[in-house]
Amino acid sequence: MSDYNELYQQIILEHNKKPRNFKVVESANAYSLGKNPLCGDQFAVYTKLDAEGKIEDIGFQGDGCAISKASASLMTNAVKGKTRDEALQMKEEFQQLLTGQLDATDEHHLGRLTILAGVKEYPVRVKCATLAWHTLAAALEGQAEATTE
Amino acid sequence: MVPVMEQMNANALTDAEALKLRADFPVLEQQVYGKPLVYLDNAATTQKPKAVIDRITNYYTYENGTVRRGVYKLSEQSTQAFDEARRKVAALLNAPSANEVIFVRGTTEAINLVASSYGRTFFQPGDEVIISALEHHANIVPWQQICLERGATLKVIPCNDAGELDMEAYERLLSGKTRFVAVGHVSNALGTINPVKHIIDKAHALGVPVLVDGAQAAPHMPVDVQALDCDFYAFSGHKIYGPTGVGVLYGKMKHLEAMPPYQCGGDMIHSVTFEKTIFAKPPAKFEAGTPAIAQVIGLGEAVDYVQAIGLDRIGRYEDELLKYATARMLEIPEVRLIGTAFEKAGILSFTVKGAHPHDIGTILDREGIAIRAGHHCAQPVMERFGVPATARASFSFYNTREDVDRLIDAVHIVIKMFN
Repeated sequence: MSDYNELYQQIILEHNKKPRNFKVVESANAYSLGKNPLCGDQFAVYTKLDAEGKIEDIGFQGDGCAISKASASLMTNAVKGKTRDEALQMKEEFQQLLTGQLDATDEHHLGRLTILAGVKEYPVRVKCATLAWHTLAAALEGQAEATTE
Repeated sequence: MVPVMEQMNANALTDAEALKLRADFPVLEQQVYGKPLVYLDNAATTQKPKAVIDRITNYYTYENGTVRRGVYKLSEQSTQAFDEARRKVAALLNAPSANEVIFVRGTTEAINLVASSYGRTFFQPGDEVIISALEHHANIVPWQQICLERGATLKVIPCNDAGELDMEAYERLLSGKTRFVAVGHVSNALGTINPVKHIIDKAHALGVPVLVDGAQAAPHMPVDVQALDCDFYAFSGHKIYGPTGVGVLYGKMKHLEAMPPYQCGGDMIHSVTFEKTIFAKPPAKFEAGTPAIAQVIGLGEAVDYVQAIGLDRIGRYEDELLKYATARMLEIPEVRLIGTAFEKAGILSFTVKGAHPHDIGTILDREGIAIRAGHHCAQPVMERFGVPATARASFSFYNTREDVDRLIDAVHIVIKMFN
């Protein structure tokens, strides 16, 4: 077993191959396009917020590496049904997890998203994993575009 | 005796010679994640032989002094070594005069210098500048920006599915409006060797000057600027086993004399008053400020190093290695080669079914293999081939068939993981 098996866990490979919520949400009322200019990866995130600000539906489209795509897929599952503020809180925690400021054993609201914690051992790939989250945050904050830079 | 020498020189390096030369590169002796390093990102930057490292160390240890100014021993010696490096580079390119060799920071600055100085002076509204579909961003953006500024139009020679330039389309693009042509000698993304001699001849028939971006060619094949008859030729020191921070612009003297300075300051003047400045003659005219002295001297040493081996022999060896790597890659159904030109230098761009190039890069890295993954600063090339990015292995004479075998084994690991 080489150590990259920590990074490319089965569940990540599976989400890469069959990403969840890989769709355009026609009735979306918050949208953003996120880009990582270093590698050209690009994701669009569509969210439909209900009257109370809860994420009723979410979808994403785009192309990127296994880490960015699996992270986007896991994110859409994780934030569905959450409020705008809860989702933004998760974005902060996720970023802290990947930059070593938060440990998976600390108190957090990330649930199974911690399976991506291994990415922190690959500093150049952290932006891959956070691209979808940056894009979601931009959508929720009313910005049409997001960048990892 | 002479014909025998020529024949020997025309032969490729042997595997044994390549292995011996590899020992000249200390960085290649290390292990990465517990595995011997296989360095296959030579199109990005090459490693440095001990001779170059020692030359720079020696310069800073015993010789450091500014050039062209001091009246003391250290400065005189520095100036001598600096000028000697310029003569070595002139000989490498077979330039008629060392005064036609300008030291810049790299290929990027060389192209910016010409676009800025020549373009701003001579491009007129309605003019056309021709580049190719295979260019690195460094040979696109400077021309695009100067065209915007001058009201000129950028035209692009298309390429076919193999990554070869369409020469008939090029001839159709050439017209009385064409003011300049800038093309890469070897494509950094695909490895295609472009027919630059033909491109230059056709442009010259209309009196149009041509710049050749030789960043990927100068380290891998003999370059003769007089035989090519190019107007400008640019390359980078760090891709030819020399230091970063130094590159070369060769330019025909008639152009260098007609062009205004690119930057102004010390060293590039003949005389200065507050009313008027008379500029120095080339090359000093284009080398404002204290140059990268140690790097220039280091580059001179790198030129000696490759000349001693013979660029022809280097090119032939790398070609054999490329052919071996290509054949082995073609055995793998999940691999798609991007760039299959008939004339190629040692660059192998590829994709693997189901795996993004960045994932390929990460897994190969952990297997001890350094390759490039991404758009290679050539986004229009990626678009042309309908891929967001590729994985790219690029070869040097210090790579071996064993390195290629390690690459192939690692690609199989990637395939297993993602399929």
